[in-house]
Amino acid sequence: MTPILAAQSLSMVVGGATLVDTIDLRIAAGEMVAIVGPNGAGKSTLLRMLSGDLRPTRGRIELKQREIHTYPPRQLAHHRAMLSQHVTVTFPFTVEEIVHMGAGDAGRAAAQRLVDAALGEVGLAHFSNRQLPTLSGGEQQRAHLARVLVQLACGEALHGPGLLLLDEPTSSLDMRHQIDLVETARRRAQNGTAVVAVLHDLNLAMRFADRIVLLHRGKLAVDGGRTEAMTAETIRRIFEVDVEIDYTEQGVPFLLPQTMRPVA
Amino acid sequence: MTDLADSRAESAKRRSGYALRPAASLTLAGLLIAVVGVALIALTVGAAGIPLARLPAALGLWADASAGPNLARDQLVLWSIRIPRIAAAAMVGGLLAASGAIMQGLFRNPLADPALVGVSSGGAFAAAAAIVFTDSQIGESLRFMQNQLLPVAAFTGSLATTVILYRIASRSGRTSIAIFLLAGIAIAAIANAGIGLLVFIADDRQLRDITFWLLGSLSGATWSKLATLAPVLGVALVACLSIARGLDVLVLGEAEAFHSGVDVERLKRISIVLVSAMTGVAVSVCGVVGFVGIVVPHLLRLVIGPAHRLLLPASILLGAVLMVGADTLARTIVAPADMPIGILTAAIGAPFFLAMLLRQRGLVSL
Repeated sequence: MTPILAAQSLSMVVGGATLVDTIDLRIAAGEMVAIVGPNGAGKSTLLRMLSGDLRPTRGRIELKQREIHTYPPRQLAHHRAMLSQHVTVTFPFTVEEIVHMGAGDAGRAAAQRLVDAALGEVGLAHFSNRQLPTLSGGEQQRAHLARVLVQLACGEALHGPGLLLLDEPTSSLDMRHQIDLVETARRRAQNGTAVVAVLHDLNLAMRFADRIVLLHRGKLAVDGGRTEAMTAETIRRIFEVDVEIDYTEQGVPFLLPQTMRPVA
Repeated sequence: MTDLADSRAESAKRRSGYALRPAASLTLAGLLIAVVGVALIALTVGAAGIPLARLPAALGLWADASAGPNLARDQLVLWSIRIPRIAAAAMVGGLLAASGAIMQGLFRNPLADPALVGVSSGGAFAAAAAIVFTDSQIGESLRFMQNQLLPVAAFTGSLATTVILYRIASRSGRTSIAIFLLAGIAIAAIANAGIGLLVFIADDRQLRDITFWLLGSLSGATWSKLATLAPVLGVALVACLSIARGLDVLVLGEAEAFHSGVDVERLKRISIVLVSAMTGVAVSVCGVVGFVGIVVPHLLRLVIGPAHRLLLPASILLGAVLMVGADTLARTIVAPADMPIGILTAAIGAPFFLAMLLRQRGLVSL
């Protein structure tokens, strides 16, 4: 099957430091991939390269068989949507106005339907007329998620399944909304969207993703299904933490940290 | 009583962060009426008063026997002095307010203003340099060329300043507000030092011209200057509407705006050229007039919200209202003398800016 996204030998070198080192990645339609790794492993840099925002020092990225940097920005936005980690809005736009920004040049009526649906999906319909800067961090993050969902829906209506990139989408969310977000992403994947998320919480990553990409010091350490990728040995080696791995009744693995190893 | 309860409920809702905004068409219609109203007042008052009853005849709308002996004088005052001046004030106000709004959108910072961060000073420096050097280089016979040269010089100065400012304040797609404001102050200081030097070497007549640039005045407004202003305002209005959506999305930050499909580099280029052209042309007509660009968009955002599709045309209209009002005040409070309008806008605008700074201390991190 042809992948939606194919990255070959991606490297990013900034000021002599190699942030991302010769990574190959292919992501198929309908796949849910979590990128995990310790702080400074290069997760966000990799995601920004996959979004077309950062140009890799070496390597090549193809989105739907076309080099990602050859798309004009508006066209690229039809094929991939990305939610960044920190988005600060200084002007008093309302939640609805912010979510509308995802609709781009779509027709007014169609855009409004998508905006209403997305606001309902993230549980912010009652806040649509609130000024975004007056909301809590978690609520703002959900509003931005709704905006990105509208952008994805507009693009997919025109060009079929696209790519959804999420950078730490749960960092300000409470437990219930973290689970809601996983469900939202899963629904998209079931419709054929390729979903890639950078996540810190390994338990959430295993719940979220079919496939886990583990980065360590800029290199791809492990790439595989959640059970084979996340072994106690791998986690001890890369995160320097002893863990015990258990399984839920549905067969989803989860980690229990045991003792900390002193850093060598 | 019900009204009071309603207005209390409304203000409580506004405080809790809900947006209550009037319809766009209502806002624009209201502002348009305000422009016409303030222009009518401005037509009637001044060193030579023209009562409202004599206005139609003087404007040539219909012949009025009662106008009689004053008609010729009224017509002369209106057509040679007052109308070009009011029209220039309205256009300059519109240009300054809209360039403030664009600059604030570009830097995602409600405190940005072309005059505050040295863009106007850059334009004034270039204009002052043009006054001093062309005088000595091209001689008296070619002085008429200054009329064409000054707007070009002011635009070039403003453009150079904006580009330098943007280069200094932006790094890998992020704009530091603190560096932006500090760099603006430094650039304004350099431009002012340059102007100081020009003042030092200028002769008496050049000095008078330069002083006019520094304090700002519309007393030099002529029909030929209007001919420079009008096309810039027209092009600016169309360009403003074409970048409105991009400026809205830019509020999310450059990376996120790019992810949303905005060609950020192109948007930044257009915005910078627009701000420079609008400020430069305004400066070339009336010198440095501060705070219009900061006060007008801020007031409007409180009422109509920050969406640029409405904010930009509304800024042009409210800028026109404020500038015509301020200029009318400037030429009447010390009549028959003419107070530089820059003094007036700074006296009103600077306290407003301080109040805004204090109010937003919590929201905008410096």
